Amino acid sequence: MEKGKGIMGSGRRWAVDFSDNSTAPSSRDIPDPPGFARASVDQDDSTVSRQKKDAESNWKTQKAWEVAQAPFKNLLMMGFMMWMAGNTVHLFSIGITFSALWQPISALQGVGKVFEPYKDNKVDLLGPKLLFIALNLGGLALGVWKLNTLGLLPTHASDWVSSLPPAQEVEYSGGGIPL
Amino acid sequence: MAIRSFFLFILFFSSSLSPVFSLYEDQVGLMDWHQQYIGKVKQAVFSSQRAGRKRVVVSTEENVIASLDLRHGEIFWRHLLGADDVIDGIDIGLGKYVITLSSGGSILRSWNLPDGQMVWESSLQGPKHSKSFLLVPTNLKFDKDNVLVVFSNGRLHAISCIDGEVLWKKDFEAESFEVQQVIQPPGSDLIYVVGFAASYQFEMYQINAKNGELLKHESASFSSGFSGEVSLVSTETVVALDSTGSILLTISFQDGKISSQQTPISNLVEDSLGPAVIIPSSVSGIFAIKTDAVTVFIRVIGEGKLEVVEKTTHEIAVSDALSISEDQQAFALIQHASSEIHLTVKLAHDWDGNLLKESVKMDRQRGLVHKVFINNYIRTDRSYGFRVLIVMEDHSLLLLQQGEIVWSREDGLASIIDVTTSELPVERNGVSVAKVEHNLFEWLKGHMLKLKGTLMLASPEDMAAIQSMRLKSSEKSKMTRDHNGFRKLLIVLTRAGKLFALHTGDGRIVWSHLLRSLHKSEACQSPIGLNLYQWQVPHHHAMDENPSVLVVSRCGPSSDTPGVLSFVDTYTGKELSSLSLDHAVVQVIPLPYTDSTEQRLHLLINADKHAHLYPKTSEALSIFKREFLNIYWYSVEDQNGIIKGHALKCKCTGEVADEFCFDTRDLWSVVFPSESEKIVATVTRKLNEVVHTQAKVVADQDVMYKYISRNLLFVATVAPKGSGEIGSVTPEESWLVAYLIDTVTGRILHRVTHHGSQGPVHAVFSENWVVYHYFNLRAHRYEMSVIEIYDQSRADNIDVWKLVLGKHNLTSPISLFSRPEVITKSQSYFFTHSLKAIAVTSTAKGITSKQLLLGTIGDQVLALDKRFLDPRRTVNPTQAEKEEGIIPLTDSLPIIPQSYVTHALRVEGLRGIITVPAKLESTTLVFAHGVDLFFTQLAPSRTYDSLTEDFSYALLLITIVALVAAIFVTWRLSERKELQEKWR
Repeated sequence: MEKGKGIMGSGRRWAVDFSDNSTAPSSRDIPDPPGFARASVDQDDSTVSRQKKDAESNWKTQKAWEVAQAPFKNLLMMGFMMWMAGNTVHLFSIGITFSALWQPISALQGVGKVFEPYKDNKVDLLGPKLLFIALNLGGLALGVWKLNTLGLLPTHASDWVSSLPPAQEVEYSGGGIPL
Repeated sequence: MAIRSFFLFILFFSSSLSPVFSLYEDQVGLMDWHQQYIGKVKQAVFSSQRAGRKRVVVSTEENVIASLDLRHGEIFWRHLLGADDVIDGIDIGLGKYVITLSSGGSILRSWNLPDGQMVWESSLQGPKHSKSFLLVPTNLKFDKDNVLVVFSNGRLHAISCIDGEVLWKKDFEAESFEVQQVIQPPGSDLIYVVGFAASYQFEMYQINAKNGELLKHESASFSSGFSGEVSLVSTETVVALDSTGSILLTISFQDGKISSQQTPISNLVEDSLGPAVIIPSSVSGIFAIKTDAVTVFIRVIGEGKLEVVEKTTHEIAVSDALSISEDQQAFALIQHASSEIHLTVKLAHDWDGNLLKESVKMDRQRGLVHKVFINNYIRTDRSYGFRVLIVMEDHSLLLLQQGEIVWSREDGLASIIDVTTSELPVERNGVSVAKVEHNLFEWLKGHMLKLKGTLMLASPEDMAAIQSMRLKSSEKSKMTRDHNGFRKLLIVLTRAGKLFALHTGDGRIVWSHLLRSLHKSEACQSPIGLNLYQWQVPHHHAMDENPSVLVVSRCGPSSDTPGVLSFVDTYTGKELSSLSLDHAVVQVIPLPYTDSTEQRLHLLINADKHAHLYPKTSEALSIFKREFLNIYWYSVEDQNGIIKGHALKCKCTGEVADEFCFDTRDLWSVVFPSESEKIVATVTRKLNEVVHTQAKVVADQDVMYKYISRNLLFVATVAPKGSGEIGSVTPEESWLVAYLIDTVTGRILHRVTHHGSQGPVHAVFSENWVVYHYFNLRAHRYEMSVIEIYDQSRADNIDVWKLVLGKHNLTSPISLFSRPEVITKSQSYFFTHSLKAIAVTSTAKGITSKQLLLGTIGDQVLALDKRFLDPRRTVNPTQAEKEEGIIPLTDSLPIIPQSYVTHALRVEGLRGIITVPAKLESTTLVFAHGVDLFFTQLAPSRTYDSLTEDFSYALLLITIVALVAAIFVTWRLSERKELQEKWR
């Protein structure tokens, strides 16, 4: 409309506006035709739109659950990869383990973002969110477990004493065979 | 921590993949250097060959015979005889054989002069021990065969020069006959053997040189007896001193008749001088006697008349006679005058005329002239020229010719007593810009050359340039401290009493200092250097204070003679001070305490077991008082088989009050039964060794706590019968017992007996393990054993939470009186070589794995991973143990040819191996000394913390530049393409 105006202003004599303004409230210079009450149309539509909205929220909930379950597949794949990587420390197993740790962490950081599209007053996202978090934590646990099986977690006494300096001795003794 | 263990694992992994630490051919000499010496020259014989290169053959106190180039002093060839094969005499026979008499006159060998190959060897036996003489008469022929005359072991031999066959022999079995001279007058077929019998009878034997027949035997008795040596003044006259050293006896035995004349020394020299000694010399007609202050030259004028020709108070040295023509003999005389030496060459019969008189400037650090050898040559104008070879007090060898020192050899370095190291000065700021630019240009040039080499574009000349550049890298021989701690000074004390500082980069002598305190003096008759200690090592004041070393010496060979301390600045080589002690020094104990100037406290124990504290300052005393009750010392009396522990008691209760002297009391003693055990070796940990951790992580993440104590002594004893040579006893009557003794409490922590084993024992102690090497008589092989000690009382520290929170007492100070509960693990392996020395690598933090350095009988140094000597080795290690790095057990230790540290070189007469940590954790510096010196850097786990020397920085730089350029170009290209896409 504005564009049209602009064009008119720049020299065009006339223009036909094909835009359908039937649903929009009349806020323009063109008055509603006589006998047409805009409010009544709105009331008629409300049932349709509610149904529509319900469907949408249902769809959103469904989608949210789907999204929430997505890490499960990931988990399975990770598990398989880990099994493939074996229990010795080398580049492959380290890479897999660190990606297994990193993925859940980054996913957990972005929980809000993941469920952003499904945000709605009527949609209860708590369940999917909890599931999502739980699955990711499961993934994290898997990663940590893998780290442990690789022996990279300081869970043994040896990890804590391996760099302890020797204890000082109180006494000192020297000597030997006479020069 | 986990990451650390991960990295350590990676580190181990990378090292286990390539356990061989060999070098490439072009890496030889990059980090190592090798120097060849011969030792103090005893005797020198000039080769009279007309053609070929002029050479001199020498025998030395290190039992080396060597042929040296007279022009440059280089070694043509060299042979080191065994330690008990002392050379008695050398000579040149037939102009092409070097004849050596050694082992107390029982082995005669002939060597080919040009290349040093042995021609023959013959063994000479005899009825009794005696002096030995080797004569090579020039004109004594026997069926066209030149004859050698050898007197040894109481028997006179005539030996063929060609094949070493004994032509005839003659025994001198008279009970008390002591041979003094064997004379073969030139031009006659006679041999005179003169000597003393029963110390007052003069005996003369005249022997036919053709067949050994005794022609005449005369004797004459002198009531006053004899002392010292005799000097030969002519072919038929000798001069001896009576037993009081005040009367000269001139004995002539012309035509087999003994006639003699006595001349009191006081008749010749007015003032009485005390007992004199004859200086051995072979100049005819002249001999010299020496008293405390004066040297007198005396001429014999026929019929036993004596005349003093010169009297001098200067230090003097005389050469043997050199016959320059039929009837002329020349000899050289060297006198000292402050910073110069005067060389005079005289004719034997003409004392007043000089053939040659020269003055040569002489470094005072070389001390006095000990020996002179003269040689002549014919100048272009057909006159005689003379060159002399002189041996100095510091054992160096110099050639003088035409008033100049032609060359010099620092042969004192062949007899090193002790070694320590010192840091170099810290680099100061203010390097000039020009120098930097020059360096930058050089740097770039060098790296471009290297790059060419890497890319295989270099021509042979370029390759040679690269190699010489690598070898002469100025970086490694700088006189400042470097980042990696590779550049240090090796301070060595030689037997001559001279200190040398060698640069570790290229082995050059930075300074040398003949210790004043080791000069002969009134109070100190025969000073000998004993040991070197680091006296002051400044860390906090490294910029403005110089480190210093302590040299401990003693005034005589016996242990109760007073000691002398000298303090030497290691940057400049200046003797800071020296102390003549009023007590003996039996032991020196460096204490682990330093005062505020970072001088280390030392405890000197004297013969009466009094302890003297040094430095004698009140500050040191207060530090010492604080630790008084915790200081102990022990003494090993290896003769009696007793080890005693002592504690300090109170101030000395002597006649003079001395705050710094302390009485000691005996605490404990370990007495080995003298009929079954004899101490052969003791070894402790090095005082400066750093241990990284007290825990050892074993398979399955278990922990074993090492028993790390500075106060552990390893003692090896053998059966007294088995203390002789290998094979002298049967396995049943020989055994070896190894002990680990706590030197504070005297507790024996471990004892193990090896039945059927024998010494010699070589051992090394490090961290919590000891490795020792001995001979197994049953297996007829050498064996090496390892003992590791673990602290069982700490083993229950396994609660992770306690460890996480730090609620453990693993690092709190412990007392040795708290009875540690130890367990030991040990294992034995066969080893092929017999050893001369053993050492272990040491690094700055003690993280890097260790290697044993074995000085083999072939005078090489072999590096052997400590992992091969791990008592936890089993025949079939589990997977976890394999991961830990445990090698499957084998019966013998492998010798990997590539792991010889000395690669193709030999350190002749190897005596000791010293390891010094560099600042770079992966690297350790190794110095091996014997007659030769060898230095190198070792990285037992490879250089995991630095780039290798041949890393191409230029290549890296070029790669980076190329990458950046490529990024830029592709960016521009993609921009352009995008634009074109948009226009389309």
